[in-house]
Amino acid sequence: MASPVTAGRGVRDAGPSGWLAAPALIFFLVFAVVPLIGVVFLSFTSWNGLGEIKLDGLSSWTTVLTDPVTGNALVVTAKIMFFSFIVQAPVSLLLGVFTAGAQKYRAALAVLYFLPLLLSSAAVAIAFKALLDPNFGLGPGFGLPALAQDWLGNSDLVLFVVVFVIAWQFVPFHTLIYQGGVRQIPASLYEAAEIDGAGRFRQFWSITLPQLKYTIITSSTLMVVGSLAYFDLIFVLTGGGPGYSTRLLPLHMYLTGFKANDMGAASALGVMLVVIGLGLALLLQRLGGKNRNASQLEGV
Amino acid sequence: MASTTQLPVPPSPAASRVAAAPVTRSKGPGRLRPNLLGGLGGWLWLAIIIIPIYYVVITSFKNQAGFFTSNPMLPSTEPTLDNYKLVLENNFVRYFTNSLIVTLGTVLPALLVSFMAAYAIVRGRGRFLSMTNNLFLLGLAIPLHATIIPIYWMITRAHLYDTLLALILPSVAFAIPVSVLILSNFMRDVPNELFESMRLDGCSDWAMMWRLALPMTKPAVITVGIYNALHVWNGFLFPLILTQSPATRVLPLSLWTFQGEFSVNIPAILASVVLATLPLLVIYVVARRQLLAGLTAGFSK
Repeated sequence: MASPVTAGRGVRDAGPSGWLAAPALIFFLVFAVVPLIGVVFLSFTSWNGLGEIKLDGLSSWTTVLTDPVTGNALVVTAKIMFFSFIVQAPVSLLLGVFTAGAQKYRAALAVLYFLPLLLSSAAVAIAFKALLDPNFGLGPGFGLPALAQDWLGNSDLVLFVVVFVIAWQFVPFHTLIYQGGVRQIPASLYEAAEIDGAGRFRQFWSITLPQLKYTIITSSTLMVVGSLAYFDLIFVLTGGGPGYSTRLLPLHMYLTGFKANDMGAASALGVMLVVIGLGLALLLQRLGGKNRNASQLEGV
Repeated sequence: MASTTQLPVPPSPAASRVAAAPVTRSKGPGRLRPNLLGGLGGWLWLAIIIIPIYYVVITSFKNQAGFFTSNPMLPSTEPTLDNYKLVLENNFVRYFTNSLIVTLGTVLPALLVSFMAAYAIVRGRGRFLSMTNNLFLLGLAIPLHATIIPIYWMITRAHLYDTLLALILPSVAFAIPVSVLILSNFMRDVPNELFESMRLDGCSDWAMMWRLALPMTKPAVITVGIYNALHVWNGFLFPLILTQSPATRVLPLSLWTFQGEFSVNIPAILASVVLATLPLLVIYVVARRQLLAGLTAGFSK
């Protein structure tokens, strides 16, 4: 069927018109690029969300940058990002390897492992709110007083509880990514290692991990950048409290804008969010060693 | 830590039984021993995943008195459907319909425009297209939710606040970058010879897009569609800031408002969680593979 390609490359002319890309481009310009410029503009104004938007110089930025709550929100964001990464990354990697195994019971377990993927963040938050209730949840259920803490009301514990719930919700997604990655590793590598007498640990270290390099980079990027979007889960679970102990940057932005009606300051926080997100994405790309945007989806 | 994992075994018939019976072929000690630590970790993780789900389901069948007096981890001795009735009587069907409209209203246009753009980017040339592509790639790296305040302003200005269209329009835009990226990656795999032979047959680019590119990338289109649908279906932030009344409420937001309305009636709140998750559970049961493929949307092809 394939043509003999008589004229070489000449057969392929200019290709389709660029107009085909126009509808997508217009949508993206209007509802993503314009708002992106808008958030920068609004950060130099004062606006309560209803009335007039007034140019206000740097006052929103001064408010935001001198407010100790902003510094606190940055620290909370960094903590949640860090802890949820060091919890999620190894667990998802190990579970990905585990579920990629050939044993039948593992496939059956995997079907159940992925159940949290079906729940919305709001559903997860509401479920854990009930489960973590000191009087009607885990503690009395298992008869263990140690589990009957005021998990969401204790400002020393709540951050770790949030990290746990985040892991519960997102580890399945990353497990799925790792499972796919492990299944791509050629079996012949393991057969060869087996003949060389490499043990299980050695095989994991010398074959599985290096072969998963790009999967690890993809998953880690999604984990770190994604943690800037942990808004809905924490909003419903703790509302940022108790006090400010789980009020991370996106939540701080929302509460400043839509609860305290200071859209100017909220926009300044939005700009910070964009800068941090973009910076992290670029940094992780660098660490990954090549253009991840183009390569992250092209097999592992 | 690493020793808790089982290495992937080549899928030979004998391999699937490895965990049960050590098929030691004198290749040195221990290599094919069942991975006890791995198995233990696997069951432990199962407990972590299942306990919250189990708790939600059994509690949703308790009446309020039973909830306060019974052991939280034991199913009710007299299960009741009253909580489900209460949720269904509280506009649940409307919220469900709203979610369905917003999801389909977002995913179908997003797929259409992204597919066309991906086709142009892969098959076409020129600076305009490469700049467009770079813009979309940049969109992947930016946390677009940081732009909710200008979006709120635009939607109120356009008098779309508290309409379903207010949710659909920005959702389409946010779905475009990842959709174009995945679709164009798959489209690059379509052999050039196929396009060339169709070109020689006198096909226009428009015709090739529908008659060659679309059929060849259909699995990717479905995958991207599922990925976007899940995100929109479970989305919370846009409904929270762009809608207000029960008439435009979608399911995830309704869970949150139920929580306010029923306050101490925990079993009813959890029944709403079960009901809201049920549609996806049904899809998971009948089309698990496609749903899971859609979830990672080519992040592990």
